[in-house]
Amino acid sequence: MKVFGTLGRVVLGVGMAVILWGAFLYAHPAESFVGESSRIVFFHVPMAWIAALAFLLAAGHSALYLKTRQIERDDAAASAARLGILFCFLATVTGSIFAKVMWNSYWNWDPRETSIVLLLLVYGAYLGLRQAIEEPERRATLSAAYALVAFATVPFLMFAVPRMYASLHPDTVINARGKVEMSPDIKLVFFTSMTAFTALFAWMYALDVEATRLVRRLEERAAGGNAA
Amino acid sequence: MILRAAAAVFVKDLRTEWRTRVALNALLLFAFSVLILVGYAVGPTRLSLEDRPVVNSVLLWIVLFFSAMTGLSRAFVNEEETGTASALRLSAPPAAVFLGKLLSNLALLGVVMAFVVPLFLALMSFGIAAPGLFLAILVFGAIGLASASTFIAAIVAKTAAKGALFAVLATPLLLPPLVAAVTGTRVAATEPDLAAGLDAVRLLFAFDGIMITASFLLFDAVWRE
Repeated sequence: MKVFGTLGRVVLGVGMAVILWGAFLYAHPAESFVGESSRIVFFHVPMAWIAALAFLLAAGHSALYLKTRQIERDDAAASAARLGILFCFLATVTGSIFAKVMWNSYWNWDPRETSIVLLLLVYGAYLGLRQAIEEPERRATLSAAYALVAFATVPFLMFAVPRMYASLHPDTVINARGKVEMSPDIKLVFFTSMTAFTALFAWMYALDVEATRLVRRLEERAAGGNAA
Repeated sequence: MILRAAAAVFVKDLRTEWRTRVALNALLLFAFSVLILVGYAVGPTRLSLEDRPVVNSVLLWIVLFFSAMTGLSRAFVNEEETGTASALRLSAPPAAVFLGKLLSNLALLGVVMAFVVPLFLALMSFGIAAPGLFLAILVFGAIGLASASTFIAAIVAKTAAKGALFAVLATPLLLPPLVAAVTGTRVAATEPDLAAGLDAVRLLFAFDGIMITASFLLFDAVWRE
């Protein structure tokens, strides 16, 4: 299956180059941030957004698996969780670098830092659970149940806890005042970056789902061959 | 109907546990050894007065958490290993099984807490300024520990590496309530005012509610697998 046509890949590649240029050369550094540190917003926020999107996809596909019992749903959930961990890790690292520049410490257990580490732990446990079960249907059911319980308790951390305690984290893009407060050049690069990274995620996700499906097919064929 | 079946599962669990007392003895012995370790290594006098509430509340919940991790997976692991799970599956609706197992785990944890908490307070000379708040934290903390452990136990009972996986799966889910419980215990130790710890109680209550609701919704799929 062709996931992204040649044209799509060329557009994405050029787009990424344009974003790098825009992020470091075109947009000017935002006020009230140390030096050039505000430029990380073009990378950190898309990573965090994609991680949230991926975990949402993982939970959605898990719920649909329990409803329909289609094993393809399980492939999709597993891929989404794997990519979610990758992007969550990147969001953690970029956030930590920003924290060092801005507050002179890589890590100080700010509520946001705490909740993102918990997310990594939860989905790490999810992948650990998947590895511990051989039989595909059983693996799909049990890991879907775990993913959904985790998804029910984790938003609690991502959304409730950081808002209950004072955080050093800069205002989120969707803020209490309900509007995006950025200068026009930053806004342009920011939303281009969000779009391009989301497209990149869509491509990676489609490839990974396809790869997971093929691996499962091979396993099934090997199992069938042994039985015969 | 479901409540009666749940009560039957609960009574059955207590009765089988009482015949051997394996889980109870293991839990109590484990908790006691850890208490001795902590009491001997840290003791009441090694800590300065201002460090005491923080360190003691963390240690108390670590003892309770590890005790829960050693004993509470038995609820389902035992049923699968002895092959009685199928009989249980036939004779009671899933919701009743979950509720019964949750209650028996809660009873087990309650006994352990009734043993550990007074001993810990005495061994560490850990004074509590707001006993009401402390009790509320203990109760809601226990419900959180027991509900997450019961659901995770049902999952790991179906996998190959039961013991190792149980802690791996339960820990990330239990971190938020444990952090709230530790914070609440620290507040209870220092502030006589009940309202000061209300945030922690509220967080624990919310977690318990979400965890139990989600478990009831998803237990059916896990149990029938």
